[in-house]
Amino acid sequence: MKEFKNFTMNFGPQHPAAHGVLRLVLQMEGEVIKSADPHIGLLHRATEKLAESKPYNQSIGYMDRLDYVSMMCNEHAYVLAIEKLLSIEIPERAKYIRVMFDEITRILNHLLWLGAHALDIGAMSVFLYAFREREDLMDCYEAVSGTRMHATYYRPGGVARDLPSKMPKYIKSKLKDKEQIKEQNYNREGSMLDFIDDFVSRFPSCIDEYENLLTDNRIWKQRTVGIGVVEPERAIELGFTGPMLRGSGIDWDLRKKQPYEVYDKMNFDIPVGKTGDSYDRYLVRMEELRQSNKIIQQCTQWLHNNPGPTMVDDAKVAPPSRDDMKVEMESLIHHFKLFTEGYCTPKGEVYTAVEAPKGEFGIYMISDGANKPFRLKIRAPGFPHLAALNEMCKDHMLSDVVTVIGTQDIVFGEIDR
Amino acid sequence: MENLIVKHIVGQYELEEYSDILTIKTNKDSLLDVMGSLKNNKELDFAQLTDLCAIDYHTYGETEWGTKEATSTGYSRGIKPSSHGRIKFEDKASRIEIENRFCIAYHLLSISNNNRIRVKVYLSDEPPIIKSITSLWPAADWYEREAFDLFGILFEGHPDLRRLLSDYGFIGHPFRKDFPLIGNTQIRYDPNLKRIIQEPVSITPRVLVPKVIREEK
Repeated sequence: MKEFKNFTMNFGPQHPAAHGVLRLVLQMEGEVIKSADPHIGLLHRATEKLAESKPYNQSIGYMDRLDYVSMMCNEHAYVLAIEKLLSIEIPERAKYIRVMFDEITRILNHLLWLGAHALDIGAMSVFLYAFREREDLMDCYEAVSGTRMHATYYRPGGVARDLPSKMPKYIKSKLKDKEQIKEQNYNREGSMLDFIDDFVSRFPSCIDEYENLLTDNRIWKQRTVGIGVVEPERAIELGFTGPMLRGSGIDWDLRKKQPYEVYDKMNFDIPVGKTGDSYDRYLVRMEELRQSNKIIQQCTQWLHNNPGPTMVDDAKVAPPSRDDMKVEMESLIHHFKLFTEGYCTPKGEVYTAVEAPKGEFGIYMISDGANKPFRLKIRAPGFPHLAALNEMCKDHMLSDVVTVIGTQDIVFGEIDR
Repeated sequence: MENLIVKHIVGQYELEEYSDILTIKTNKDSLLDVMGSLKNNKELDFAQLTDLCAIDYHTYGETEWGTKEATSTGYSRGIKPSSHGRIKFEDKASRIEIENRFCIAYHLLSISNNNRIRVKVYLSDEPPIIKSITSLWPAADWYEREAFDLFGILFEGHPDLRRLLSDYGFIGHPFRKDFPLIGNTQIRYDPNLKRIIQEPVSITPRVLVPKVIREEK
């Protein structure tokens, strides 16, 4: 018999299944992994240090760029921290809008995760299906903030503006005639809330479509069942949160346990896995899609019937209206101060966390009374997940690394920060 | 909650004010005792380490806006460059010795009791050294590597204390407040040498808004 020695293999940083820029140094014994050492930091932009050199409001946009597939959830944790420091209470309508967009973001994130994860382990068509629905939700982002991804929509004190009363429409082009355009615009005749209502009503059947393709699929099960098993106690010790923790059977969700905004008024369930393998985490996320859909439905219903302000009436934090600014001296001064210097927060430190699609996204903010945070620490959910990659991959085959990276829902924007 | 802490905690500690969640301060000798009792006591049961954050208190509470009233010479006169956004490599102080300059803040979560606690430890030496808590929470592994990389804090007993986020061969600890925001070096490809070279940074600091501290009314 010929003897084989262990060898070291390099995986990434430029590898399509590495979900960005992950470099793995793998110790292999044949095709079996003995240890995996992730080298990270290739996307390190020092967001925390940058934020320390800018007034509070100017860093909201950086939060979008952390976990760049769950943009508004990152903003949410950040603005919550500022609001806690300033002790301001935001209007009810803004709370509902935030919850609605948090859940839209969760669907956006899980759809991208689903498509990419399936693509990584050999199912092409799910990706195309998932992106079909993502398109509609991105249009919601665009309608409300003007950008499709990096919205900067949440602001300390509320949201940047109220929901638009008209949904933007497709216009006639060389490729599409009047009839086709009319067909495309069928759900864009009313307001943005009507558009979301239409989406909510047809989305459950879309989830059925994804599940048809995967849930009982023999190949899908062969690739995910029993891969990357994490015991419940171990998952807690390793710092897992979100679907990674729930997949191991622990019923923990900040939306239920430490509710923020209006989550305590929402009716939804928390799916929990049993075995803690990749397949269970897949099932948990699929159910979360359905639950998010349910929450959005409850939010749109409330928002239809309850018009009102979406920003606090406090000129020290919120910019005055353009109309006021043109005619009132005081508003002009407030506007000038807000955009040149910003506002100072009282001395102190706060930790706020939201249930982002990937887990607990936390902001630890220390203020020394200035107009900039003295120290900002971002607690990214993916960071402890990736740290456990070595443990989850050990004694698996090389091809299972791709499954484990996929099931962890790794995004480097938040891990490297 | 406070009563539970007082009842069950082992080692020296004191409660800290100014906080949103219960915060206790301990010292580096009692750290492992305090943390061990927080984790292993069944009534406290802080099973999860949510976050570990290093803090550099250099320039804490220093304002860059010196003038109290408007001057005829304009805006920039008020600026005293002291924050990391405005300093350059040459401005770096040789050695900064402040008592309790560094701090490690641990955030713990108890899933069974739905509780959070913050534990802070202040460090004075250069280089700051503290005991590693990887034996209690394996999640501390990468958090401590990050704190070592960005702040230069040494963790005694850490199994594998390497840099985590910065580049291979990076010099310095970039999140310290005396490390310039623009960095010290820049990297480019040299077509003559046919390799990547490092050279002193050529950009100038560009922070547009000074740090202002207004007194609370």
